[in-house]
Amino acid sequence: MADVFDRVKEIIIDKLDVEESKVTMEASFKDDLEADSLDVVELVMELEDEFDMEIADEEAEKINTVGDAVNYINNLQG
Amino acid sequence: MLTGKTAIVTGGSRGIGRSIALELAKNGANVVVNYAGSEEKAQAVVEEIEQLGVKAFKFQADVADEAQVKEMVKLTVDSFGSVDILVNNAGITRDNLLMRMKESEFDQVINTNLKGVFICTKAVTRQMMKQRSGRIINVASIVGVSGNPGQANYVAAKAGVIGLTKTTAKELATRNILVNAIAPGFISTDMTDQLTDEQKNGMLSLIPLAKLGEPEDVAKVVRFLASDDANYITGQTIHIDGGMVM
Repeated sequence: MADVFDRVKEIIIDKLDVEESKVTMEASFKDDLEADSLDVVELVMELEDEFDMEIADEEAEKINTVGDAVNYINNLQG
Repeated sequence: MLTGKTAIVTGGSRGIGRSIALELAKNGANVVVNYAGSEEKAQAVVEEIEQLGVKAFKFQADVADEAQVKEMVKLTVDSFGSVDILVNNAGITRDNLLMRMKESEFDQVINTNLKGVFICTKAVTRQMMKQRSGRIINVASIVGVSGNPGQANYVAAKAGVIGLTKTTAKELATRNILVNAIAPGFISTDMTDQLTDEQKNGMLSLIPLAKLGEPEDVAKVVRFLASDDANYITGQTIHIDGGMVM
């Protein structure tokens, strides 16, 4: 669990250029991390590459918070 | 000028697309020559490009078929390491008067000429976003600006391409992906050879430069838009039409 969160966090810090402390499970990409919709699309792409998987567009649209992304990945890998 | 860049040219086996593929290659780009049916002609273009000292391969794909297009883009990246330039050139005509035009004729042209641009653009965008650079050049047509009797389907598709160009340019600008359209007028190709003399003479009388354009006239503008010389141009439609529509 922590492992996935840490890897996701690292990508978010790198892509969105935000403080590490802001990247919590509850943080919303758009509201808390100041990502625009294209940033979120790009993050999903990065996550797909990092975790070697494909996230369908319908699923990707449901990813609003860091926790959404982490849980989605954990469920897939579970 | 384009050394080390990789370009995909759809409909690159003939006409304007062939000239574009060769022009980009002359300037140092590796080129993927996409084609729908003219395999021999595509092969001839590939061989001509290879003689220029750059790499090329041909790839048969229906531009409106997402799976085929994705495969083409993947092979391009696997082979050359990037996709820097996409030229959406593939196009067909099914001319008829509106009152006689079949729904199938309308659909076929919209599918290849408009939806094909969407599919190919979407397919290269992932790679270009990662690269933080890219050039997309859409071959529209001057009739997409002016309208043209007998081409309701083609004109609708080309006008659609101009709108798609503007939206794509706005969406991708922050990722340094520049998207422009060109609008060729009356260019000497297989497609214009099909026009009747009456149609040709009618068009010539509307062209201030009073002559047909050559495919090379179009290709050189594409080369410019693909180059670093065009770093501050996006969302535009450049008319290459001898002054026909101003």
